[in-house]
This record gives sequence, C-alpha cells and structure tokens, in this order.
Amino acid sequence: MQWECVIGLEVHLQLATQSKIFSGSPTTFGAAPNTQANAVDLAMPGMLPVLNEQAVCHAVKFGVGIGANVNKRSVFDRKNYFYPDLPKGYQISQFEAPIVGRGSFEVLMEDGSTRDIGITRAHLEEDAGKSLHEDFQGQSGIDLNRAGTPLLEIVSDPDIRNAAEAVAYLKALHRLVTYLGISDGNMAEGSMRCDVNISLRPKGSLTLGTRAEIKNVNSFRFVEKAIHHEFERQADILESGGKIVQETRLYDSDRDETRSMRSKEVANDYRYFPEPDLLPIVIDDAYIEAVSNSLPELPGEKRDRFSTHYGLSKYDASVLSDSRPLADYFESVATGCGDAKIAANWVQVELLGQLNRAETVIENCPVSAIDLAGLITRILDNSISGKIAKQVFEAMWQGEGSADEIIAAKGLQQVSDSGALETIVDDVLGANADQVKQYLEADEAKRKKLVGFFVGQVMKLSKGQANPKIVNELLVKKLV
Amino acid sequence: MKIEQNEIEKIAELARIRISDSEIGQVTSRITEILQMVDALQAVDTRDIEPMSNPLDETQHLRPDKVTENNRRDAFQAIAPSVENGLYLVPKVIE
Repeated sequence: MQWECVIGLEVHLQLATQSKIFSGSPTTFGAAPNTQANAVDLAMPGMLPVLNEQAVCHAVKFGVGIGANVNKRSVFDRKNYFYPDLPKGYQISQFEAPIVGRGSFEVLMEDGSTRDIGITRAHLEEDAGKSLHEDFQGQSGIDLNRAGTPLLEIVSDPDIRNAAEAVAYLKALHRLVTYLGISDGNMAEGSMRCDVNISLRPKGSLTLGTRAEIKNVNSFRFVEKAIHHEFERQADILESGGKIVQETRLYDSDRDETRSMRSKEVANDYRYFPEPDLLPIVIDDAYIEAVSNSLPELPGEKRDRFSTHYGLSKYDASVLSDSRPLADYFESVATGCGDAKIAANWVQVELLGQLNRAETVIENCPVSAIDLAGLITRILDNSISGKIAKQVFEAMWQGEGSADEIIAAKGLQQVSDSGALETIVDDVLGANADQVKQYLEADEAKRKKLVGFFVGQVMKLSKGQANPKIVNELLVKKLV
Repeated sequence: MKIEQNEIEKIAELARIRISDSEIGQVTSRITEILQMVDALQAVDTRDIEPMSNPLDETQHLRPDKVTENNRRDAFQAIAPSVENGLYLVPKVIE
C-alpha cells in the first residue's frame, strides 16, 4: 500500500518581551533558578494577572504579517491540568476566541517552488516552568523562571505532506517571526518549540486517518527524524492490519524513536472556561492599521525585490534574504560598491564561507559592509585583481584595516604601468627561451595555450599584481 | 440531566479531589440537582444573545512591557516546604 502522510504543526513561539505576559518579572534566559519567579508566577493566593501590551502587539503583528483575520475581541480561558511546573493548576490560554484567526503564508520548498500553507489560528498563552527530574533525593526540582513567559501558539492546517515540507514550513515561519522581530527565534533556548500531528491514509484517499501527536520536538533536524520514524511506525501498524491509537508521543532524540506517554498524562480533559481574572482584549481598526504600517518588508517581498531590482537569480535572492541582518548587510555592500551582482557573489562566497569557518553569524562579522564595499570598489576600478582581493579580505577579517589601508601597507596595488610590466615580461621571455621557440613555430590554437603559460609566469613573478590585460597585450606585441 | 457516579469519579480525579465511597452517592445527587437548575437555564431562548465572557462592561487594561519585579527568591523559598540549589522540590513526577 502507498501511504500519504498528513501533518499539521503546532508551534509554541516565545515572544520577545522584557517582562512576562501577566507579571512584571523579567524573561531573560539562563538566570539562576527561580530568581525571575515572583508572586504572580508562583501563583500566590490573591495575585492577579495584568496583560503585557507588547505581547498583544506582537500577536497582532503576526496576524497582519500572515494576512490573517485579527480578532478585534478575543478572550482568555483557563486550561486546567495539574503539573508541578504549573503552580496555578491552570494555564491561561485562549480557546474559543483566539487573537489571530485564519491566515496563510508562503513557504519556499526544497525544490525552489513555493506553496501557501494555511494557518488555522494563533493564540496568546503563558509558558509553564521547568521540571528537572534528576535525583533530588527522589524528588523533582522545579524552576519557575520560564513560567509566565509570553507564548504565541501557531497552529497550521494539515497541509504538510512530508518531513522536508515540515522543515521548510518551520524555516519559513522562523524567518517570518524573526523578520517581524516578535521572537528571537533561538531554538537552542527553546524560543520555538514544535508539536507534530501526524496521520497516514492510503494515497488518493480524502478521509483523515487517526493521528498521533508528537510533543516538544525542538530542532529542525529532530522534526525531520521524528516524522520519518513516526511514518514508519504507523505504516507498519496499518500494514499488519492494526489500528492507530490517538495518543501523545514523545520523541527521544537519543534513541531516534517516538514512544507513548503514560496513559494517565494522555487523559487530556482540560475543562476550558473563560478566565474570570482577565477581561476581553479589544482592539480597534486604528490599532491594527498602525501595526500594519509599522511592519518591515517581509522575507518573500524582500526576496522578490532582490531578484527584480538587483537582477539576482532566485537562488541568490533567497540566500541573501534568509535573515534580516544578512539582507541588510548585502544591501549596504551593493549600494556602497554599485555592483549588486559582484556584491552578491562576495557576500555569498567569501563572507558566508568565512562566517561558516569561524562558526559565527553575520551580527558578529568583523568586516563591516562599508569596508567590504570598499574592497569591491578596488576590484571594479582595477586597482587589484580578484585574486589579490581575497588576500586583502583575509587581512580585513584579521582586523588589519580597510581595503585601501591594507593595499597600501602591503603594496598590493595592481601594476598597470607598461614600463614596469615590460621589464617583467622581458625577464619571463628570456628565462623561457624554449617556450618562446615553441610559440613561434606553433599554430594559432597552441599559441593561445602558450600565451596563457607566459601570463601565468608574469603573474607569479609580480606576485599576482600585474594587470593581466596589459600583460597579454605586451606579450602578443613582443612574441613576433 | 442526570450525572452518573463514574463521571463524578472522573471529574474528581481531574480536579485531584478525593471523594470517599461513603460520600460519593450524596455528591452525585447534589451535583445532579445543580445540573437540573442548569437545565432550567438552558430552556431560555438565547439565540440572538452573544455569549458573555465577563460580567463587567469593560475591556482588558494593558500594562507597559517593563520589568517591575525584583528577585525575592529568598523570601519565597523561606516558606516553601523543600528547596535545593534554588529549586522548589516536589514529589517525583516522572517514574
């Protein structure tokens, strides 16, 4: 049997705020345990939540960014369950009336095609604390620093068909939210966590199979592996005549498998009801319009502009618009040197190459965009060759100064003066009398090869600084 | 509407409330009485009425995104039953 995989993703996105969604505690990552957990976060009796305006603004930004219907009236609900990292015994979330309704956004697939993936809804809620199950004399340790961190839960339609598409969707979502500036998108710190809903059905069938939900998959790579594993598991069960149980499973990255969570925890019955401690959030058209006007250029728009305005290939445009800092860097270089194609090439090959080797990111790049533009300017005005430029770039990376400073200090200026070049050409011809003889006896095709040889020798002798065009002219003139 | 005893048991478990065997019959009949009152309310025609999520005719006040709380961990942990290395300790939640 040929199976089709149907996947929907729920992403929990930590919103970039200074303080928590319902309290004035800080949200800084990595603080000592419980130093950022105060009375509201600890659910002390009588504490009341007060909503953070930035969290609302970020949610609206997301809604506008995916062209969704932003609900002018949305309501918080209590989601009831008991777990020690949720001291209130309920999570404040949104159930009946989420702040962001239906929308969609464009996902660039692996093969370069694009597809719109539907977003069912996105709602505001608070994060829980962390439970540490290492041995504390047979007890669990609870850190409530994360409790109350604002989250936007983004629920996709079951539009995704395989692991590669799921990863493409997550990458596009990551790009979108970091462009919007509503989250730092730091996966390693848990800023973007993913639950995968997955079911199988015979190819061609339109009815949905029974799904399993895989909880808390925290990297793009693990999403891919968890889906592969779960597909195989469900296909095996179905092919041997079994039935899929609707359940919650955990992905274990160490063993590369998913396993069922205990049935007790799976008995999800959250008994949602409206949160009496919070009033409905009401926003008006003017607010939505103001947010809409404040949106930056989004990834898809930027990519399209890069290819139409700068004449870049689709691939180059998508690499360079991958993150906002990279896109801004490229644009500064392109504007600074006036040649977008060479700028694109340098940023993609030399700069990204160096960043990869140094295992760092564009934000920490030691060479500024202005300095890189300065270097490219010197290639364009023939002061240096492309080859020498790489050497200069290396020195710039080491912090030796601007391109002009390095070229002057190391005497790397391209030699175009025919008098000086003539001396070198004469030296080369004198030292290679055999090749000169061969050249004179050779036919047109073979002559070209030998000219190449002489040019190479001149470049070598001039340490790459000779202007190859003038060397060529001189050689042709002399070899008669 | 009548509620069955096994439903009461399930709700009690979800709410982490222990109801003894001797109490459960009484609890079931009392909750059934409350549900009968709900039935009476359900009979009212509410077709054109928007659900009310809060009785106050107000909307949510928003606070600026500013850190206003200091670290008072020592004070909070002084009244906790058990702490270690800054963590609150609770009975083990995973087997």
